[in-house]
Amino acid sequence: MSAQPRFLVVGGGLAGLMATIKIAERGHPVALFSVVPVKRSHSACAQGGINAAVNIKGENDSPEIHCYDTVKGGDFLAHQPPVRSMTLEAPKIIYLLDRMGVPFSRTGEGDLDFRRFGGTLYHRTAFAGASTGQQLLYALDEQVRRYEVEGLVQKYEGWEFLGPILAAPGGPCCGIVALDLRAMKIEAFPADAVILATGGLGVVYGRSTNSVICTGSAAAAAYLEGARFGNAEMVQIHPTAIPGEDKMRLMSESARGEGGRVWVPRKKGDTRDPKEIPEAERWYFLEEKYPKFGNLVPRDIGSREIYHVCVDLGLGVGGENQVYLDLTHKSREFLDRRLGSILEIYEQFVGDDPRTVPMRIFPAIHYSMGGLWVDYEKTPDGYYDPASPRNHMTNLPGLYAAGECEYQYHGANRLGANALLSCIYAGLVSGPAATIYAAQGTAQRAAEQPSSLFDDAARRWRDRFERLRRMQGRENARTLHRELGDLMIDNVTIVRTNANLDRTDDTISGFMERWKEIGVTDTGDWSNQELPFVNQLDNMLQLARLITRSARLRDESRGAHYKPEFPARDDANWLKSTIATHTPRGPEFSFEEIDTSLLKPVARKYD
Amino acid sequence: MRREIVLKIQRQERPGAPAAWQEFRLPYRPRLNLIACLQEIARRPVDAAGRAVTPIAYESACLEEVCGSCSMRVNGVPMQACSTLVDNLPDGTITLEPLSKFPLVRDLIVDRTPMFEGLKRVRGWIPIEGTYDLGPAPRRAPAEQGEAYDYSRCMTCGCCMEACPNFSGHAPERFVGPAPLGQAYYFLLNPTGRMEEGERLEALMGRGGITACGNAQNCAAVCPKEIPLTDAIARLNRQVNRRWLARLFGG
Repeated sequence: MSAQPRFLVVGGGLAGLMATIKIAERGHPVALFSVVPVKRSHSACAQGGINAAVNIKGENDSPEIHCYDTVKGGDFLAHQPPVRSMTLEAPKIIYLLDRMGVPFSRTGEGDLDFRRFGGTLYHRTAFAGASTGQQLLYALDEQVRRYEVEGLVQKYEGWEFLGPILAAPGGPCCGIVALDLRAMKIEAFPADAVILATGGLGVVYGRSTNSVICTGSAAAAAYLEGARFGNAEMVQIHPTAIPGEDKMRLMSESARGEGGRVWVPRKKGDTRDPKEIPEAERWYFLEEKYPKFGNLVPRDIGSREIYHVCVDLGLGVGGENQVYLDLTHKSREFLDRRLGSILEIYEQFVGDDPRTVPMRIFPAIHYSMGGLWVDYEKTPDGYYDPASPRNHMTNLPGLYAAGECEYQYHGANRLGANALLSCIYAGLVSGPAATIYAAQGTAQRAAEQPSSLFDDAARRWRDRFERLRRMQGRENARTLHRELGDLMIDNVTIVRTNANLDRTDDTISGFMERWKEIGVTDTGDWSNQELPFVNQLDNMLQLARLITRSARLRDESRGAHYKPEFPARDDANWLKSTIATHTPRGPEFSFEEIDTSLLKPVARKYD
Repeated sequence: MRREIVLKIQRQERPGAPAAWQEFRLPYRPRLNLIACLQEIARRPVDAAGRAVTPIAYESACLEEVCGSCSMRVNGVPMQACSTLVDNLPDGTITLEPLSKFPLVRDLIVDRTPMFEGLKRVRGWIPIEGTYDLGPAPRRAPAEQGEAYDYSRCMTCGCCMEACPNFSGHAPERFVGPAPLGQAYYFLLNPTGRMEEGERLEALMGRGGITACGNAQNCAAVCPKEIPLTDAIARLNRQVNRRWLARLFGG
């Protein structure tokens, strides 16, 4: 084998593409794996924008304030040095993306424009219309294509990561096993460092704002091989989504950032056309309860208030679980320019024109703050140490995680427009960290491993898929998945009670038994979409268990995690990350102190 | 008014295998899109005659018309299945077929690699020096940004390529196709991209380049993002001609 270190990146969203670029820029070849052509990754779905305290609106915004907002937004559950490093880098990231050609919206003077988003009082969100994730993803995709033409990047699009290859239990990671989704061939790929950038897990909940590819299966596979998983209970519910039978479509926070107002009729069962309801008979409940932040409270708070108004007070529009999100007071020209693409989505899927009729929305599963545990090393002044190979490394040496699949930046609740930032930043950090690790004399090189290590790993997965192919029970995997999603949505979302969580955990055990009774209808060896899904569903059941048990343990309310039995944040007992480690008996939990060396936890208020 | 949804879907197990139609019946509900229908079939893969069948192979990801995965021919016209609501289709049987201009993989899945290869040919990127901190990019007028934004929404879905009479993914060397040309124009709108104007325009000359466009104008008509592809191609054509003449006369 060659002396050149081998790098594998799994996942072609913002985090994976940025990590790929950073490694290639250092002259190293990278193999990039993705279940879909990378340009179709879920990052494309981000709408509203990306945060950076560039401060061009004369507000005296700064990265330190951005750090404070992010830490407070996350209810003090995020380690602070990584957050501070990210917010310091954010303005440079915006400039880099600008140089890459992202068509960011502009002020009249030709500067980057910024809009408001939730959880901050500053104009800090750069945007490209209302499809910012798409433009950012494409810009990075284009840079990777350039490296592909130069021969430094080799793409494996249409390949699914099945699991890491470990030289011994506990690592180091020496490669991956992956499945060619077209030819249904399973192969082992040796590597000196592997970066997982495999995205979120919304599909565990069946219908969410996530793409159908966001199963979390890859992160679960790493967990099952010994990677620790942090804060699984912290799953963000976005306040405003369009309910649908196949998915919940996101209605970006930028709709409120640009002036959208949330309201319900004050009178229960008011059947009047919304435009016929006079101002005095409308309840703008967020503006009333949170005069300072109004409709731009953080997402956990917005979702809980909407849920409360609909479910507890029964004031949902038309007696259903929906509230108005109203933009009709804004001019058509303004709306088309600033929010065109999301208003088109609403129009297309609902049939009403949101420029003239208030939208009907309800909260939906949106983002996982939790994910694979990753390490960092800090300097004495509280930033990432850029020379450390430990940044973004999981507890398995040589295995890194970056983006939504890890738990690093958002604590118990993510602020809007911080996801695009954290994914790109995680790529910027993990790529170089992996190259530093691979260059160390102490790293065990894949080339030094016996070939039997890779042959055995591939054989184990081939055997596993052969067993899946022979499953002849009566359960349909897609139906079981839908039931899992309904169970999770009913019990592990906005309001959580220990009794329900215990019951849910029991039901998941039952689902795990039912999984074994799946009957596979497609046994073919060409583009068989059923076998990978059966495998993913197994992993999704593991994640459902992790989320539920982590939620059961945390007897407090913090960020997205709310238990009426324990309605207050309890820093004395719970200012710590929930860390799960896989064992044959199921997850074992430990707790990790939070690095609060920069900002002392304070009460989290937005009124 | 529909009471049930009848879908006629073209099935083909693999390249070279015979193609056949299968029919499926689903109970009607309002606001169903075609991906929701395919998901329902996957939960109960039984055809209209009550026979158990394999689930239909198709691509999908975002389900909100931004990833470009689920292109297929619906009643003969290329479109995104996720944003196509049953309610908006004429009553009667709905036919689903794979795109015909790309090599078939299975059922509704085709291989759209030729389009991504086209993006390589047109140098579809901004040649930045490096990812290190070099400060902001040049200022851009809002109007220029607005025009660029329209082209930046191309999802590489392939609907325009399907509708184009001159493109064929089976012989992509004959014509690079409208989507990569739209992107070529997009990169020329960028101040840094323009610095390579010569190379960019020359990449569009020669076999399979812009002169292979027959000006049928089908591309813009089927684009789900309403990208003004014909405008881009017309403007590119003028720029390429100027370049060619300048080269001819040593300018």
